[in-house]
Amino acid sequence: MKIMVAVKLVPDLVENLEIAPGGTGLDRTYLRLILSEPDEHALEQALLLKDESTDITVVAPGFEEADDVLFTAAAKGADRLVKLTDGFQEGCNCHALARALRGITSEIQPDLILTGVQAHDDLDGSLGPLLAGLLNLPYVGNVAGLSITEGKATARKEYSGGLIGEMEIGLPAVIGIVAAEAPPRYVAVSKVRQMVKSATLEPYPVGDLDPGGGIELDRMYKPESVERATMIEGTAEEIAVRLIEVLKELDVL
Amino acid sequence: MSQDICVVIEHLQGHVQEISYVMAAAARSLCESVGGKCIGILLGRGAQDLANDLDVDSVIYLDEPALAEYNPDAYQLVLAAIISEWHPRLALLGQTSIGTDLAGMLSMRLGLPLISHCQRLVAEGDGIKFISQICGGRILAEGRLPSSTALVNMVPGGYKADAGRSTRSPEIMPFAPPPLVDLHISLKRYIQPPKEDVDISLERILVAVGRGIQRKDNLPLAEELAEALGGAVCASRPVVDQGWLQPTRLVGKSGMKVAPDVYIALGISGAPEHVEGMSDSHLIIAINTDPAAPIFSAARYGVEADILDLLPVLTEQAKKIREVA
Amino acid sequence: MILSYESLKSIGVLLALSIAGWVFSVRIYRLLWISLKQGQPSGPFRQWGLRLRSLLAYVGGQRRLFRFLIPGTAHFFIFWGFLILFPTILQAILEGLLAAFRPGFELPILGRLGPYALLQDLFILSVIVAVLNGLFLRIVKDPERYKGSHRRQAVLVLFYILAIMSSLLVMNGVRINTLADPLQRWRPISRLVGSLFAALDGRSQRTLAEVAYWIHLIVVLFFLTELPSGKHFHVVTSIPAVLLRDLKPLGQLPPSPEFDGQAGVGSIEQLRWRQMLDFYTCTECGRCQDVCPAYASGAVLSPKMLIMSLRQAVSRLADGHQAPGSDNGRHAAPAEALLGDVVSEDVLWSCTTCLACDQECPLFIGHVDPIVDMRRRLVMEGRMDSKLQDALNNLGRYGNSFGQSERGRAKWSLPLETGIKDARREAVDYLWFVGDYASYNSGLQEVTRKTARVFQAAGLDFGILYESERNAGNDVRRVGEEGLFELCVEQNTDAIAECSFNAVVTTDPHSYNTLKNEYPVLAGKSHRVFHVAELLDQWITSGRLTPKTKLGYRVTYHDPCYLGRYNGVYDSPRRVIEAIGCRLVEMGRHRDRALCCGAGGGRIWMEEAKVAERPSEARVREAAGLDGVELLVVTCPKDLTMFQDAVKTTGFEDRIQIKDLAELVYEALF
Repeated sequence: MKIMVAVKLVPDLVENLEIAPGGTGLDRTYLRLILSEPDEHALEQALLLKDESTDITVVAPGFEEADDVLFTAAAKGADRLVKLTDGFQEGCNCHALARALRGITSEIQPDLILTGVQAHDDLDGSLGPLLAGLLNLPYVGNVAGLSITEGKATARKEYSGGLIGEMEIGLPAVIGIVAAEAPPRYVAVSKVRQMVKSATLEPYPVGDLDPGGGIELDRMYKPESVERATMIEGTAEEIAVRLIEVLKELDVL
Repeated sequence: MSQDICVVIEHLQGHVQEISYVMAAAARSLCESVGGKCIGILLGRGAQDLANDLDVDSVIYLDEPALAEYNPDAYQLVLAAIISEWHPRLALLGQTSIGTDLAGMLSMRLGLPLISHCQRLVAEGDGIKFISQICGGRILAEGRLPSSTALVNMVPGGYKADAGRSTRSPEIMPFAPPPLVDLHISLKRYIQPPKEDVDISLERILVAVGRGIQRKDNLPLAEELAEALGGAVCASRPVVDQGWLQPTRLVGKSGMKVAPDVYIALGISGAPEHVEGMSDSHLIIAINTDPAAPIFSAARYGVEADILDLLPVLTEQAKKIREVA
Repeated sequence: MILSYESLKSIGVLLALSIAGWVFSVRIYRLLWISLKQGQPSGPFRQWGLRLRSLLAYVGGQRRLFRFLIPGTAHFFIFWGFLILFPTILQAILEGLLAAFRPGFELPILGRLGPYALLQDLFILSVIVAVLNGLFLRIVKDPERYKGSHRRQAVLVLFYILAIMSSLLVMNGVRINTLADPLQRWRPISRLVGSLFAALDGRSQRTLAEVAYWIHLIVVLFFLTELPSGKHFHVVTSIPAVLLRDLKPLGQLPPSPEFDGQAGVGSIEQLRWRQMLDFYTCTECGRCQDVCPAYASGAVLSPKMLIMSLRQAVSRLADGHQAPGSDNGRHAAPAEALLGDVVSEDVLWSCTTCLACDQECPLFIGHVDPIVDMRRRLVMEGRMDSKLQDALNNLGRYGNSFGQSERGRAKWSLPLETGIKDARREAVDYLWFVGDYASYNSGLQEVTRKTARVFQAAGLDFGILYESERNAGNDVRRVGEEGLFELCVEQNTDAIAECSFNAVVTTDPHSYNTLKNEYPVLAGKSHRVFHVAELLDQWITSGRLTPKTKLGYRVTYHDPCYLGRYNGVYDSPRRVIEAIGCRLVEMGRHRDRALCCGAGGGRIWMEEAKVAERPSEARVREAAGLDGVELLVVTCPKDLTMFQDAVKTTGFEDRIQIKDLAELVYEALF
């Protein structure tokens, strides 16, 4: 079975995000890009499905940080590493990324494409459904449990309130993972460094990016804390007394 | 192309999902300015009455066994057909397990622009402005929707669900679905969440724990407070993912929507996915060590403190009051 | 022909000797040759002068044993008794072998020395008293440290020794009565015993003596064959073990072994033979268990039990049992896995690497090194709890375990009145390596600022690395993430490479330890590294820093593991405490017996196990138990935060406060 894992690199929210001078995008100077967390789960799910006859290819957009992501994936057990090249410096939206994946996907002809159900910087939809729409493949998203038997996938799709829908999907298909069946595994730094020496990143040129389908922004900004909570201060005792007072005032206790 | 705003109605097991009402409210506010009609799109089986309390002018209704419950393959085929034929100004879909699936597929198939994580739509001049929230609530993005058909994934929070309800039942317009053969996806069954003795959506007082609780061993601190106040414990996603509490205690986008009298958020950062589940609470009190946490924008009262230090003291005070009362 | 008793005796002794000798040799061969041969290479062994002196002090002098005065004294006599009385065994054997040819054989020289005979007699008595004390300990008192030890075997052996000593006395006593021993006035004890039988007729006494003789011989020979099978193997292995002990600095871990591209140790034969010798040398005394903070808190780790399980696994190598993954698995039965079966993962993760066990062990058994080696393999296999996983991921990405941006590392310094030099841009005298906790932990930042002000008051020309500083890696290495440790070393070394400074100072003993002991090995460059306590001591002693006020507090001081046990810095902080006018009251467990706070070895990054009482709580309780002591003084950021938490959870907030040493100096200065 051939599995392709398509990943996105997103801004690390640990850093303070700043708006670029133009006011329509993020300032990329101090931006650190990291692997989108649901994509980490997608990779983990692929690794869990892996057996002797499975091949996993991980495809990442050609940002600088992609190298580390791909080598780490290899250290975890991915077989083939592909880096989409050219045109990614200024960022790309999901439509563009989906189109950029078309070439490598038709080359690999995967039975299963896994990707994170969404990324926190998605503005023009999520990669999974866009890719499925582009390639005319079935798609199920928000999946937190996946098994494959004879050309069919059985997926557990999560809805709100804890409801789960068990769906059967004919392969090939695209599946959006919200959580792998086990938490993403730890891989020792020495193994990753080993991969840096021994694994190959295959560059895959994709030409110009086509972001059509996304909408240009007029403005990007950080929300002003317009309405901010009334802060209560003091010693723990003082705070506790005040809070209980508040609850009493509102007739709640 | 019409100026109509379409709302893709979401339902599961015979219950219309709250996001549908939020979207109806959004559509209604736009329709007045844009001059089109609000039209619901309802796919189901024997489900024509489901949309009766939705504030839309009419409902395009398709009745088909294959559409009885949400099926990504069937739904996207049908919606593509409807949208192609109707050419509405906008089609609103929920930023949910259902709507997120569908929007992307439709965008690519039909070549329509798509905006996601949209909180508000505002008519401006002869255009429509969207305001979306991304990066865990830290960034807002604004732009103008094109004048041709566009797709929008809506998050709750920009509109009150009640504003999307109406006593006036909409007109049902049947629509002949395209042939639904060779579907690649089928729903085998639903797995219900485990029945728990506590239904947090019924509780008047909720004590919510997030990452700030740090360890499973610290949960009793929150449980004692809940008990002292006469309420129950609930949680944000990180706590449930760790297995420290059951999924039935999860508040947020993937969990329960709650509207208690009091919601005390302990060590919760306030990411939109969580806030969406509790923003209707009457009184929100947030305690967090990070003064920049988004939760302080959602709360009425805030305390910058370590919950592990504050909880025992707070519980003691609560107990005192209850004894007196 | 009827064989005389003497002939039978000769034959019997020869037979017994041959059988015992054979069994003993086979066991030694299997355990010390077959199994050890499968271990990894060890050595080279140098510094023989030091090694021989160690032998003298620690084996001859039994030095570490005296940390428990009474058992130590008892064992001293048993050990020396064994050596001094060894000729009596030779005597017995030769006497027996030669019974048919030379009756009444006596050892030349030693058999005729009066003073030596007196020494022997006195030692026999001492050994008996020591053994009785031992029996009392094992049977009546049964202290905690014996929990898990093989009690039956211990008691049995004590009885063997008792039998050997008693039978010797009987033989001596009878000989004095019947053969008029020329040295009889040198043997008061034997004479006393002999007087018990003086009433019997000569024949009966000689029979009694022969019976005693056979008991003596058989028990000795039987004991000999039993030596390799249990804790008494140390009789054979303790001398080579102490002689060949590890002489590397305590704070320097050995590099990670590698097998088939996997770091660490995953099966028993991947340990070094020198380590295996350690396991054979364990006497199950339990002193390590007694000082282990994990064990005291109720966690599953006991250093003693760990070594005992490892010993069992090593001895099974001699049986041909192979660990999985090794090539020559002749045995069909699947062996147990080292990681998981022989030693559980919980046991391995419970260790705080405080080194109290290694410090306490009379025979220098290394407990921490094999634990780290096995952790290295667990990390390779991703077998750790999620909290540790998060911490390691954060350390790799952000250079700190808090998951905060490296750009915020020096934010603590912003409120300072005078900014701190950027050592990356300007030359400085001292490079201050601040450390994760002192930088990022909001409860500790004020202490860090006070330390800065103290440095400024002392006129120190210092700078910090700002965002370029990463976790030094001490605990990363001890958690078993050797690759990440190497990355930390590289990144810090690169950051330091551009800087110009004369020495490094840090407030964090963990950083101190690795910067001092391990960075020179990996980075190839050496710097002088000081802990703040050392500098404060220097400055106060030289008058560079003069306290304005004598604080007058009654305090106690907690020796941090990585400053005290690992690097021997005990006195500097104490002099500083005195110099600022505080009265120091020592806790019972102080200096190299200090109880670890429980944060080390990466434990502060792991999920907490269900324990009866955390080590930090036990320590706070110990401090609060001292009369009139109002402050517990620490000099490690992790100690500070651990004890601050513990003081709350134990409810001692009104009783005792935790203060950092630099904080106190600050108070005395301003």
